[in-house]
Amino acid sequence: MTWIGDNTALIWEQLREHLYLALVPMLLGLLISIPLGYVATRFSWLANPLVALGGVLYSLPSIALFIVLPAILGTQVLSSVNIIVALTIYAVSLLIRNVIDGLRSVPEDVLQAAVSVGYGTLRRVVTIDLPIAVPVIFAGLRVVTVANISMVSVGAIIGIGGLGELFTTGFQQDFLTPIVVGVVLSLALALVADILLVGLQRVLTPWARVISPVKEA
Amino acid sequence: MLQGFLDFISDPANWSGAEGIGNRILQHLGYTFLSLAIATLIALPIGLLIGHTRRGAFLAINTGNAARALPTLGLLTLVVLLIGIGQVPVIIALVVLGIPPIMASTYAGVSGVDRSTIDAARGMGMTGREILTKAEIPIALPLIISGLRSATLQIVSTATVAAYVALGGLGRYVIDGLSLRDFPQMLTGAVLVAVLAILLDLVFAAAARYAVSAGLTGRRRRNSDTGWSSSPTLRRLRRPGGHLAALEKGPR
Repeated sequence: MTWIGDNTALIWEQLREHLYLALVPMLLGLLISIPLGYVATRFSWLANPLVALGGVLYSLPSIALFIVLPAILGTQVLSSVNIIVALTIYAVSLLIRNVIDGLRSVPEDVLQAAVSVGYGTLRRVVTIDLPIAVPVIFAGLRVVTVANISMVSVGAIIGIGGLGELFTTGFQQDFLTPIVVGVVLSLALALVADILLVGLQRVLTPWARVISPVKEA
Repeated sequence: MLQGFLDFISDPANWSGAEGIGNRILQHLGYTFLSLAIATLIALPIGLLIGHTRRGAFLAINTGNAARALPTLGLLTLVVLLIGIGQVPVIIALVVLGIPPIMASTYAGVSGVDRSTIDAARGMGMTGREILTKAEIPIALPLIISGLRSATLQIVSTATVAAYVALGGLGRYVIDGLSLRDFPQMLTGAVLVAVLAILLDLVFAAAARYAVSAGLTGRRRRNSDTGWSSSPTLRRLRRPGGHLAALEKGPR
């Protein structure tokens, strides 16, 4: 317990780094997979190869990707860019399927109604297609976020891993406390992130609540 | 850098002996299959039981979700510090990671079997055990295999990380290369483990295709075509929205 008191600053710093390394790839993944998914619904022959490619990329072990990326990108082996790019690749591989499924779940008559009242493509995608696809996209986003938060720790082996560095410290010093603190904080972070995403989804899809037993006044 | 990698991987000296690439691959596969087998022996019966009785679904779903949030390196270091260095604690950690995906997807597969199918099986006079082995398991097989597939990928990947806590296998190249600042050696380990993961994934994809009952996929079998695969009943079940349409989309 005294260890925790003596190292609060360090723990905070690693928690902050952990959050950064997990959330930036999640946002980048979303920013990449939405346009990519839209293109795949427009040119539907692209959808299956993209989903299949995502499956292959997602099967790559994270530690392998962290090490192969510097050879491809020309970055330093101990650069946090590798972690961010690797986790972004995982995020896109998983999200692309959900974005395609979500955009395809928009009913045809809704699309036609939008076009007939004069919506342009961009306005229709942003204000109609995407909101309707939110539940399906968020299902993927929750998996990506939780998986990313647990995967960041592996980076500690190559020296950049947020809370994962508590694991390597504890292991090297044969000392249990930092490891337990790291595991608990990592689980808590995943739980809080998941709850926030569920809340955000509720805010983004107010119509989903209308179906609740309480009728509107 | 790439040249160094090619030199390392093409040097016959690096392929032979106890620390050679061949032996490292065998070790890696050994850990993977041992852990997968133990995890399956534990998770499959529990998943089947929960799915068949439809009691305790809470357990199956929540362990699956919680396991996804568990940091693997944290689990490995924790188990090793608690039990001591060696292969046994690492295998225990790998088994712990393999259980949730197998249990969750077995449960999902079995509990997702249409109630009317089970009623029909019971109506034909099948006992609970027969319903499980002749109806529920064959229908749930695509999902069960997909659970084994995720468990395998998780274990292959974590077995690499486990080299950090003194396990053999392909992760040794990564960890030893890192401490020696020998990047070609690290890259060799990373590339080999990535190839291994993709190959195992393909094996499971193929298994999912061929292990599933021909009666469900409509895949023709030589000498045993009873005409069922072209029967009007099956065609009706396969219609979009029919009972089989969803299953035929495959495991994922």
